[in-house]
Amino acid sequence: MKITSLMLASSLVMVSIIFSYSQKLKLEKDIIVGVLRAIIQLIVVGYILNWIFGIKSPIFTTMLILVMLFNASLNSAKRGRNIEGTLWISYVAIGAGTFITILILVLAGTISYSAYQIIPVSGMVISNAMVAIGLCYRQLTSDFKNKYMEVETKLALGADILPSSIEIIRDSIRTGMQPTIDSMKTLGVVALPGMMTGLILAGTSPVEAIKYQIMVTFMLLSCTSIASFLACYLSYSRFFNNRKQLIK
Amino acid sequence: MNILYLEKVSYQRENKTILKNVNLTVNESDFIIVTGPSGSGKSTLLKLLNNLISPTKGRIVYRGKSMEEYNPVELRQNISLCFQTPYLFGRTVFENMVFPFNIRRKNIDKSMIHSLLKNLDLKEEILHKDIKNLSGGEKQRVSLARTLLFKPDILLLDEITSALDEENTLKVENIITKLNNEGVTIIWVTHNKEQAERLGTRRIHIAGGTVSEVKA
Repeated sequence: MKITSLMLASSLVMVSIIFSYSQKLKLEKDIIVGVLRAIIQLIVVGYILNWIFGIKSPIFTTMLILVMLFNASLNSAKRGRNIEGTLWISYVAIGAGTFITILILVLAGTISYSAYQIIPVSGMVISNAMVAIGLCYRQLTSDFKNKYMEVETKLALGADILPSSIEIIRDSIRTGMQPTIDSMKTLGVVALPGMMTGLILAGTSPVEAIKYQIMVTFMLLSCTSIASFLACYLSYSRFFNNRKQLIK
Repeated sequence: MNILYLEKVSYQRENKTILKNVNLTVNESDFIIVTGPSGSGKSTLLKLLNNLISPTKGRIVYRGKSMEEYNPVELRQNISLCFQTPYLFGRTVFENMVFPFNIRRKNIDKSMIHSLLKNLDLKEEILHKDIKNLSGGEKQRVSLARTLLFKPDILLLDEITSALDEENTLKVENIITKLNNEGVTIIWVTHNKEQAERLGTRRIHIAGGTVSEVKA
């Protein structure tokens, strides 16, 4: 794509600014700041990725993935700030989801362990797992608050904390996985996914682009289910004290 | 012989004292009726005895050992609590009745379930009924049946007949009295004055967070 074409396309930004101004939405400043930030961030990321892809060191690639994992864990831990230890739980959950998914893709020969393939794919996997476990934490917190009667009834009957919480755990795992399942159902029907659109725009044939999209769908399903499962099972006990009493 | 002993037990929540300096001795096979105004701490006392909460001060001794020394799960299986508001989970009554067997990893004893339901004037067909379609009285009886599937050492009952008619109330009272005659220690919270007078071997009254024994 030529730079001049991209500059001309930036006139699209004017559409939203004019709309905001005419409708008195007072979003003009936000739109301009947002657009400038997006341009600067993407340029910086583009150059960094260019440099990283040039290094071609598996150790460096792995270290970069670990840093991405840490950032994602920090972000999802914010969603579960009422739950103790969510930073390491998130790290384990996202890490395991990413590791297993990437391992299967590499072993299957779908991708190779080279920076230009592993880093973008890991980025997609990690960010989806991050969103999924953020939803899991939110659901766990709300269910333990709203369904405390159910939990206490089961505890009073002599159940351990796992059978007392199992319905909440299942509900939270479902919540974490639901967006991925829903988007799977509408793939190609409601919209063409971003990655597939990008490949087609870059000149790849739609039939070839579909193969990649199917791979992405499988890997997102795998990582969100592993991460949601681990995050819920590792964090539910944090809602109880050492006397197996529900902390309210 | 005392089975349960509360030593200077206090319970505070969000800077509010609910129970203060409670001393109480419960003997084996006692049938204690607990009365007191709403919000006086009756339900809190039962939750403390079931170890769903712990005292903020003092200690509770069960069969010679502090409650803190017991595994809470085993303790709750020995000291069972039936709540005032019956909470049924899952979809059907059957799921509720098999839960106590599942958590103990025991085979489901259907004849026991049927006989308990019959004693509580509930038909077998109720097992497959959706819990959403039960009346308040049915829910309360199912909840009690679920608690009684395994005979506990101490049975804690929190206003379990509040949603029942007179006939079913008497049936429940007979079942509990029979259990007490078989050696189960009963601690029953009630608001019903007549019930408090016709039941129990001892009566305690809770008001303003303190517990006092009512002499017959």
